[in-house]
Amino acid sequence: MNVDVDGDTLILGIETSCDETAAALVMGGSDIVSTVVSSQVELHASFGGVVPEIASRAHLELLNPVIARAMVEAGVRDDRIDAVACTIGPGLVGALLVGVSAAKALALAWDVPFVGVNHLEAHLYAAMLEDPSVELPVVVLLASGGHTLLVEMREPGRYRLLGQTIDDAAGEAFDKVARFLGLGYPGGPAVEQVAHEGDPAAIAFPRAMRNEGLDVSFSGLKTAVLNHVRDHPDVDTADVAASFQAAVVDVLVVKARRAAAEVDAKGLALGGGVAANSALREAVLDACMADGLRAYLPSRSMCTDNAAMIAAAGWHRLRLDGPSPLDTGAYPNLRLTSTEPT
Amino acid sequence: MRSTPSLSLRASTVDDTLAVAAALAGLARAGDVVLLAGEMGTGKTTFAQGFGRAMGVDEPITSPTFTLVHSYPTAGPTLHHADLYRLEHMSEVADLALGELAEFHGIVLVEWGDVAAGAFGDHVVVRLGHVDGDDAARTVVLTAVGGAWARRWGALVEATAEWCDQ
Repeated sequence: MNVDVDGDTLILGIETSCDETAAALVMGGSDIVSTVVSSQVELHASFGGVVPEIASRAHLELLNPVIARAMVEAGVRDDRIDAVACTIGPGLVGALLVGVSAAKALALAWDVPFVGVNHLEAHLYAAMLEDPSVELPVVVLLASGGHTLLVEMREPGRYRLLGQTIDDAAGEAFDKVARFLGLGYPGGPAVEQVAHEGDPAAIAFPRAMRNEGLDVSFSGLKTAVLNHVRDHPDVDTADVAASFQAAVVDVLVVKARRAAAEVDAKGLALGGGVAANSALREAVLDACMADGLRAYLPSRSMCTDNAAMIAAAGWHRLRLDGPSPLDTGAYPNLRLTSTEPT
Repeated sequence: MRSTPSLSLRASTVDDTLAVAAALAGLARAGDVVLLAGEMGTGKTTFAQGFGRAMGVDEPITSPTFTLVHSYPTAGPTLHHADLYRLEHMSEVADLALGELAEFHGIVLVEWGDVAAGAFGDHVVVRLGHVDGDDAARTVVLTAVGGAWARRWGALVEATAEWCDQ
């Protein structure tokens, strides 16, 4: 199936790999025509307390209404869509298969290409979606509950994994510390809010591996926070939250700056839910100012899981590699590996 | 569940925890389920790292709290590393199909698995605990549930003798 991929190419993106069911229409790999995630939509189905990515039936029930909403919001008919892109991994196989099956069925019915997308690669395009003037190469810091990666993007579709967590993801550390301190869920915003009242220099929490390399480790920090609170029951929670947050931000920014210097990047971009953290955003802005880098700080809705980034990644993959075969499956353990277009 | 042999160990350092995990991995075989129990920060993921290294996994073994299940191919059985921390319903545990992963030439490690022990057949529980006054040390209690480990238990006692806490 030959397709011309250009600025008018309209791609439907579908995302079911994590807790969000999402669909979006993106033109030319960068113009978001519509983007819908299930948590924005009041649907009759209720899955209170269930982790949606496990309950693939939640994705199953949400996906059609979410796609329909994305089409209606865009005001386009199905015969205008040029390709269907979908996350094929990583994630739980049951959740992934809902999106992959739907995407392939639609592509077949509409007689347009199907494009399989790596969810982690898609996050790399989030910054570009909001700011098409991004000057490459950039280093992308992708930090969420499940992943913490530093990636160099030299040109769209060509990237290199520079570093990653060797144990816990940054967002997971926020979540677990929040739960331990009794601050509620989700942990990132909860810690951030309390940290405002605290002294970030009150407790010198460890910054593992800070001074060498580009990998990160947050497991020891989490345990240090737990031990500190256990040993000092009267400690001010706000000081703990502020000092913990300062340690995470410090390590992430030091590593991102080192990465940017090593690959001679022109800018630094954030992605993933942790990118919504104000202390991290401020520290990244300051670091970029000091180092002469451009900072790309996407909005919260673009940092977190969405289908616009899937459609954008699909546009690039379609341009570089052509359509994916219809026997493409779901790949639960897909990694983000350094790549030349494959 | 007939026998529940139990083994109390003490790991003085993180390296000890990794070594105990490696000793258990050395005796594990396809079909085994290992439930990792203990409060946050006691080293469940660290234990999984030691276990996986001993099975020959050379990529980073990271926490599956948010991603739920990580799978690592090895020269032998595939290592599946799961985490029930975020789950609230037994039906969700069933949906993860961890028993099936073990049956399909896999070894399954489950963090916070003790909260759903009834969902698993024969298994080993590894319970990690803090030691008062020593932030680095951990108690490690291994308990076999069901008969799968009956013939290997003596070898496990021997392989972990240097950390025996009795």
